[in-house]
Amino acid sequence: MIALSKEDLEKIRRHAEAEYPYECCGLLLGKASVNSHEVHEAEPVPNTFEDGQRKRRFEISPDEFFRAEMKARRSGKELLGFYHSHPDCPEDASEYDRLHALPVYSYLIVSVEKGVSAGIKSWVLKSDRSVFEQEEVREI
Amino acid sequence: MATLLIPTALRAFAGGQPELDLDGSTAGEVIAALALKHPEIKEHLYEESGKLRSFINVYVGDENVKKLQGLDTPVKESDSVMLVPAIAGGRKWD
Repeated sequence: MIALSKEDLEKIRRHAEAEYPYECCGLLLGKASVNSHEVHEAEPVPNTFEDGQRKRRFEISPDEFFRAEMKARRSGKELLGFYHSHPDCPEDASEYDRLHALPVYSYLIVSVEKGVSAGIKSWVLKSDRSVFEQEEVREI
Repeated sequence: MATLLIPTALRAFAGGQPELDLDGSTAGEVIAALALKHPEIKEHLYEESGKLRSFINVYVGDENVKKLQGLDTPVKESDSVMLVPAIAGGRKWD
């Protein structure tokens, strides 16, 4: 289960709509416990995937990851996962998502239909990398 | 010897530790020491050829070793080394 405040969920939706028709991406920081992630901050970051493919791809640069990991460590939090949008496509994790994912992290996906945010689902990769499993998204 | 900082996703394969002090005089040696101590992490870090996986970046201090001397970048006892995975994804392509 991943828990987010109403404000953070809105922030993610607005970011996804602002970047449409391109994919947006961001970081999820907070506290982890057994089988649950509590997000304290959703932080938008630039999509650094190469030009021409950002309508269907996202990439978070290593420098952004490094900065976020250090920020989390300094504040006693953890980097829990990432969010991104699927423009004009369901919020289901794709095969490309699976191939590029890591276990443990939450991968929250928001679909955007013609510029308006729609469904939100979150996914966690099994430790053997075989499949994404959906986790509950709870508003707190 | 240096302190290796381990991101959340890889901690499960490193005894659950967020950081470990490990022997090594270069970034590559420190990471190899991790793989020796926790063999279960090896497949997540290295290709079968023994080369570090392309989606794993390594930072010494706050610099990506790609801008330094790669895995041969020297480390001191006071240095921190961080494993930084590349994060990417995207919608179904049709």
